[in-house]
Amino acid sequence: MEVTEAVAIEHGLKKEEFSKICELLKRIPNLTELAIFSAMWNEHCSYKSSRKHLKKMHTKGKEVIQGPGENAGVIDIGDDDAIVFKIESHNHPSFIEPYQGAATGVGGIMRDVFTMGARPIANLNSIHFGSPQHKKTRNLLRGVVKGIGGYGNCIGVPTIAGQTTFDESYNGNILVNAMTLGLVNKNKIFYSKAAGLDKPVIYVGSKTGRDGIHGASMASATFDDKIEEKKPTVQVGDPFTEKLLLEACLELMADNSIIAIQDMGAAGLTSSSVEMASKGNLGIELNLSEVPCREEKMTPYEIMLSESQERMLIVLEKGKEEHAKKIFDKWNLDFAVIGKTTNSKKIELIFDSKKVAEIPIDLLAENAPIYDRPWKKTKLPQKLKFDKDEFKSLKLSDCLKKILSNSNISDKKWIWDQYDHTVMGDTIQKPGGDAGVVRVHGTNKAVAASVDSSALYCFSHPLTGGKQIVCESYRNLISVGAKPIAITNCLNFGNPEKEKNMGEFVECVEGISEASKYLDFPVVSGNVSFYNETKDKGIKPTPTIGGVGLIPDYQQMLTMDFKTEGNLVYVIGKTDGHLDQSIFARELLNEKKGPPPTVNLFNEKNIGETVLELSRKNLIMSCHDVSLGGILTAVSKMCIKGKKGIKINTLKGLTNKYEYFFGEDQARYIIEIPKDSLKKVNDILNKYSVHFDELGTVNGQSIEYKDDINLPIEELADAHKYWLKKYMDS
Amino acid sequence: MRSSVIIFPGSNCDRDMDVALKKFGFKNQMVWHNDQSIPKSDLIVLPGGFSYGDYLRCGSIASKSKIIKSVIDFANSGGLVLGICNGFQILTETGLLNGILQQNKFLNFICSNVYVKVKDKQNKYFKDLKKDLLELHIAHNEGNYFCSDDELKSLEDNSQIAVTYCGVDGTENEATNPNGAIKNIAGIFNKNKNVLGMMPHPERMIDKYLSGEDGSLFFKNILDNFK
Repeated sequence: MEVTEAVAIEHGLKKEEFSKICELLKRIPNLTELAIFSAMWNEHCSYKSSRKHLKKMHTKGKEVIQGPGENAGVIDIGDDDAIVFKIESHNHPSFIEPYQGAATGVGGIMRDVFTMGARPIANLNSIHFGSPQHKKTRNLLRGVVKGIGGYGNCIGVPTIAGQTTFDESYNGNILVNAMTLGLVNKNKIFYSKAAGLDKPVIYVGSKTGRDGIHGASMASATFDDKIEEKKPTVQVGDPFTEKLLLEACLELMADNSIIAIQDMGAAGLTSSSVEMASKGNLGIELNLSEVPCREEKMTPYEIMLSESQERMLIVLEKGKEEHAKKIFDKWNLDFAVIGKTTNSKKIELIFDSKKVAEIPIDLLAENAPIYDRPWKKTKLPQKLKFDKDEFKSLKLSDCLKKILSNSNISDKKWIWDQYDHTVMGDTIQKPGGDAGVVRVHGTNKAVAASVDSSALYCFSHPLTGGKQIVCESYRNLISVGAKPIAITNCLNFGNPEKEKNMGEFVECVEGISEASKYLDFPVVSGNVSFYNETKDKGIKPTPTIGGVGLIPDYQQMLTMDFKTEGNLVYVIGKTDGHLDQSIFARELLNEKKGPPPTVNLFNEKNIGETVLELSRKNLIMSCHDVSLGGILTAVSKMCIKGKKGIKINTLKGLTNKYEYFFGEDQARYIIEIPKDSLKKVNDILNKYSVHFDELGTVNGQSIEYKDDINLPIEELADAHKYWLKKYMDS
Repeated sequence: MRSSVIIFPGSNCDRDMDVALKKFGFKNQMVWHNDQSIPKSDLIVLPGGFSYGDYLRCGSIASKSKIIKSVIDFANSGGLVLGICNGFQILTETGLLNGILQQNKFLNFICSNVYVKVKDKQNKYFKDLKKDLLELHIAHNEGNYFCSDDELKSLEDNSQIAVTYCGVDGTENEATNPNGAIKNIAGIFNKNKNVLGMMPHPERMIDKYLSGEDGSLFFKNILDNFK
């Protein structure tokens, strides 16, 4: 086939990009070369719209061993232990084929982690679906959950936490973000930077098939009516092979045979070989006739673009080939020497003894286009003036039940019962808490992790929303007694070629950056997913934050369930009663305007550190952060989990009870205090000038507030627990 | 007491089982599926996981693996063989245990705490166990035990039903049956009661920070009965 501008455009390249390629190469590329450019220059691999702004992220910290730019980020958790973690999107494929899309998302992120020498110890996911009324939602949800479970359960890594939301803006573009944490000795971390000349380049894992060709380009485009036709671009996962690959790689990593290793993810062999050579400032020569193929007569074009799963590329020390091959043979995996490192600084491909492609590496990596796309600022919406007289017709207890059974608040047990969350025998906080917690095997330490996003806040005001999610992640970790250490982010946005969407991205990134810097909660890895748009309708901006924290002694872990009758319950942090953008405003007043709650970073940090000190001194028995749905929602969950009631004190002065109970002000926690710790707790709160309200006392089997609320816990639990199950069964 | 845990490609509870056995004092060793023989053992454990990807049918490829002949010989000579989850599935595929494990009734993977009733204590696993109800943990997609009427009758007549799913108060009915297993069966013995297969994972319940501690009783009891 002759390469023309039209062929380039079919490959997802822009007209100007094609001219630039011809200019840089000083000739017209052949079809294989064009394919390589299209794979490397698409949004998914090149970050061409986002790179300029991602540079602003706060990425340094004293625990950071490796920040963004590697397969995953790495943090130090003491005693030579390090945690490798990253979150990644698999949105486009999951909408086209939910089971395989979600499954390979999980497989891909786990490979990113064990590529670095770490054994995966926990999985998390953040999944977002269209309105529950939308005809596709139920099947997409069922498929995604089965796909995530099918892959993670088979590998034997526990899925310890997650987040599920429903919003009509995801009707045509669901989001599937998967996160993995791995444990590694900090002196035995493996990187993707090739080094040394004439070193063997090894292909291991599954054979290469025709699946997933153009996957990365598909993920860099918006959807239209014909998305069903894109099904062949979705990869097919084989968790069994991945389990073997994991064990084989870790076995080979026990000694010093590997110089560099990179998984074949998006854009498969193309991206992995180019990245390794580029980082090492080397060239690479690959003989594609040596690549193990699943199907007959595969062309260089197909081999280079295939996104078949469960494959790795390794640069090995010379002379270690036999040793390495033995290990992969033991695990019944393909092993082939397919090339070598060179000093040409080019990628050179040989097929049937003929050279079929030759491209200078820098054209694919550093010289890939970078765009400074125009963007529009989002103004802070005017604060709404609610007619408080209108509230009076609403009964508090009805409001509470309605909120607890809201699709975005209700219990997600139906989902996480399908994920193995206890394999590996170290899960000490299961899904359903503020964060999942796993022990660092054989030590007293435990690692906490949480995934969060707040699309409604980000849509209303991206800058505030960006800050808010970082704070929410911070609070979720503190609520389980963990010191927040670092985050990974998955930035899900609409079409960057639209000023509004680009503006949402820029300002969310700014917000994330500002908060993470202030809280000393650096970003160590992440991924950007643009073009979440179908037929001109984009998603609400949905940056997802995956936070990781450390509990030095796992016996100090906190949970949210109320423990003991008679204990006092405090709200830590000040409640102003911010109802704009709250669940209360949306669900009960049908009001969707107004600004998100203000984020005060000083308060977040001061209050967070204070709560952490209370937990380190063993002064509190349970803790939960106050977020969506406000105080009454938070306290209800503590009651339901602990199967205990609360008697709430009469509110002081002129406080409006609706604003107080349902307002979504930030930087707040609810804590349970045994009476004999009360003085010490008060002293610490006063020492740091932290505002607190005495909310009530753990008492009986009902939530009681004056004559307004008297709800048995069982009734609350019914409202909270069964929405999703009923929805899925209907 | 010496134990051996067999690792098949795709096993994923092998380490958990190793940790649990050693914690209670077993001298445990790991055995690779391609080995010809098993070191001298008093107990052989087939751990949970997805042996050979559970392709074809759960446990079926493992039941034809190289090491299995030694396991069968060991069982036939009266040695203790314990199969948990995928291990139970493998044992039914080898024919050491009757019946089959079908997909769960509600067609979903289930990961959850369950209560099981110990139905028989005349065996080396549960003899003198101080509790009649254990809180254990299941995590499976194919745990729905099924067998023919004749096989069921024979299981009942020979007291080969080891544990059944029940409520916290011991009630056995549809509501306390997580996967649709016939007669709420969670685990069974062979005729000699030296081979035990069960879906629940005792190795995930071995300290109070995990889902519970009743798994500890199970392992300690095997040791006590050995002494």
